[in-house]
Amino acid sequence: MIGIQYGLTSLLFMLLGFFLIAMMRWSIAYPGQPIPVIGYLLHTIMGDMASPVLDPQTKELIGYAISNDLYNSFGAMHGTIMVFLAVVPLAFAAFGNYVVPLQIGAPDMAFPRLNMASYHLFLLGGLVMFASFFIPGGPAQAGWTSYSPLATSIPTDGQFYWLVAMVIIITSSLLGAVNFIATIIQLRAPGMTWMRMPFFCWAQFVTAFLLLLAFPPLEVGALLQLMDNVAGTSFYLPTGLAVSTLSDVSGGGSPLLYQHLFWFLGHPEVYVLILPAMGVVSEIIANNTRKPIWGYKSLVYSVLVLGFLSFIVWAHHMYLTGMGTKISTFFQTTTMIISIPSVIILSCLFISLWGGRIRFNTPMLFALAFLPMFGIGGLTGLPLGFNYSDILLHDTYYVIGHFHYVVAPGTIFALIAGIYFWYPKMTGRYMSEFWGRVHFWCSFVFMNLTFQPMFAQGMAGMLRRMADGGVGYSIANNPDAIGGLADRYLQLNVNITLAAYALGISQIPFIINLFYSIKNGKKVESDNPWESTTLDWQTPTPPPHGNFSGPIKVVNGPYEYSVPGAKADFVPQNQKA
Amino acid sequence: MEVPYTDTNRPDTGLYNAKVGIWLFLASEVMLFGALFSAYILLRVGAMEGHWPTGLLDVGPGFVNTLVLILSSVTVVMAWASLKLNNFKKFKLYQGITVLCALLFVAIKSVEYKSKFTHHDVILNDGMRVDGHLVEETDEFIVLSHPVSYPAEKGIGYRPTAIKAAEAHAHEAGGDHHHAEDRKISKEEIDKRTTWGPWANTYLAIYFTLTGLHALHVIAGALVIAYFWGPGSKMWKTHPEQFANRIEVSGLFWHFVDLVWIFLFPILYLL
Repeated sequence: MIGIQYGLTSLLFMLLGFFLIAMMRWSIAYPGQPIPVIGYLLHTIMGDMASPVLDPQTKELIGYAISNDLYNSFGAMHGTIMVFLAVVPLAFAAFGNYVVPLQIGAPDMAFPRLNMASYHLFLLGGLVMFASFFIPGGPAQAGWTSYSPLATSIPTDGQFYWLVAMVIIITSSLLGAVNFIATIIQLRAPGMTWMRMPFFCWAQFVTAFLLLLAFPPLEVGALLQLMDNVAGTSFYLPTGLAVSTLSDVSGGGSPLLYQHLFWFLGHPEVYVLILPAMGVVSEIIANNTRKPIWGYKSLVYSVLVLGFLSFIVWAHHMYLTGMGTKISTFFQTTTMIISIPSVIILSCLFISLWGGRIRFNTPMLFALAFLPMFGIGGLTGLPLGFNYSDILLHDTYYVIGHFHYVVAPGTIFALIAGIYFWYPKMTGRYMSEFWGRVHFWCSFVFMNLTFQPMFAQGMAGMLRRMADGGVGYSIANNPDAIGGLADRYLQLNVNITLAAYALGISQIPFIINLFYSIKNGKKVESDNPWESTTLDWQTPTPPPHGNFSGPIKVVNGPYEYSVPGAKADFVPQNQKA
Repeated sequence: MEVPYTDTNRPDTGLYNAKVGIWLFLASEVMLFGALFSAYILLRVGAMEGHWPTGLLDVGPGFVNTLVLILSSVTVVMAWASLKLNNFKKFKLYQGITVLCALLFVAIKSVEYKSKFTHHDVILNDGMRVDGHLVEETDEFIVLSHPVSYPAEKGIGYRPTAIKAAEAHAHEAGGDHHHAEDRKISKEEIDKRTTWGPWANTYLAIYFTLTGLHALHVIAGALVIAYFWGPGSKMWKTHPEQFANRIEVSGLFWHFVDLVWIFLFPILYLL
């Protein structure tokens, strides 16, 4: 139940995050042109933050566009909302809450009340973040990373709301992480040994540890920044800091300290985003190839190594800060090493397809698309992990393309696959298969059309966080000179924006399907409609309070598909072959 | 089905749920304070020569507070052991002492905070810096007790050196510097005036942040322990095992809070 609450809330936030980027993409593609309809709406809600656009000839008001400040705000909030309020709660809290207790044969989470508190805190944090849209000056403007001293120098109150909301959200995720780990350690059903646990649970287990141990340093980062903003301290403000004039601060602080604290969370956070997705995909692939996952043990060990290594790669986000070559070399080395377990996981999932009798249903289509899409996201990360190539690519659209390939067609595709996959368990009905396929193919095409051109733009030198999409930059420079942007790269801005809008429209069938099918979808034939082996399908539909109708005893591994001599092509974990 | 192992141990892990939960929570707390200690190290190593004050705090109250917390750590264990020995009266006594210790700690800490917030740091028009406790303030002048004076461009970190120099100077002159006279400063002479809050200096900033966050932990822990000492103790009659577990879990948290102070005391007061 709390899982479903988390799921719906985070999907709503995802919609909000998408709306923000839709506004920003307009500003990038058509700088200085009024946003149709929504421009007026923005002006009504946010007042002066929406800048009026005058007709160049008649000087009449023809509409409103977002101001550069508002662009910065939307950029900061798009990142924050998508990462902390949409994807993590959906991937970890929603799926984890619903599926993990079912898969390990537990009646509930170990601490049900803590679970509820965690959701309420998450909602509160989200509301504080949302409220910052309506204060004078608008929300935080310093990017989702909120680097100091920039975040302290901006004179609006948005950053204060951002910091308070972050502290609340971090507390929420801390309670969630404690609960998940305790549940997996303590509440596994009899016979559910560690190596009989479905890979999804392993992925969630490691994710919970990352949240538990990586988030507190960010909380410290946020607290110290809050002290800088509210109590006038100088944790991140160096001596002699000048913002238009010499600032009246005591000085002696270090801006790098903030970056270290931020990225100490920031990098494990990447794995918080991707590990649950890998878990979902491996469940769906095992189920729809009708054969055991290839290399289950190497998957488990890889995910543990990934979790550990993710704590010692953070400074590869900071090559340009002048840390020194020795430190750069260390982080470059660990960054290259961490790609090994990721490649092992992806390879195992690819090899799992070999020789399977694949059922191409909607969840499987999304899961299959995850593999190459995440592959692109991962491989384009390698040039960013080497410090000499990162110097050229840092802060360009190449980086944007890279991490969106990891998160959007990677994680979000996997999560959508998960929604199609577990929907029959939650509601007792299937989602429409036809509209699911429409959703998949449209999303798949437009996703690539949106993010692929960003690599080209980035390698051409187009920087991120420019409200006009680089037009001013391009005019200032000769396009033929080094550092200038040729028109063909600026033209891509329009292409990307149109593809992004098409991508947004492609989600409409999904949203309608999600709600329409609750009452009108095709009914499931049994409690185990996908003929799956794991315990989440050996329960009544939807699972009642206490999850199972009787005591569970596990006797098999997680993926006993197509066992020779068995009656059916699957043997549930709690039944003998 | 109900959630198992709420008050009994799971055979293969040997733990009940809440104990796993509190250890995980403490692991996260270690990362929280660990990050703050790292920030302390980075700020201290990066501080300009002479801007990191050592010996600024009065060791006395900090030392007393250390003893108070160590005592409370002992009583919190004794309270739990008394429950295990089925002696509820002794539990009440020991846990009562724990709560009193917590209150005493917070009281001493408040006095220390107040002495910092009333410590004024004045930069005069002639480029000298005078700091001392505010005794009196009128529209025309302020009076500082125990004033120390040194050039303004030296940070607060120079204060102990300035005191030593003044003492040596007074010793040569045959006087006794310990009774430095209060200093009256006309407001017209003052260029800038702040107090020794977190805004004054990076050391004071990290001092207030670390001890403030720790004090919040002390207060939170004391509230929980006081609840189980007072209204929460009814549970002893109905679920004695679970009640003893709750005391154990809150005790583990309390030990952690004490342990943090054991690290805070030397790095803030002594080093």
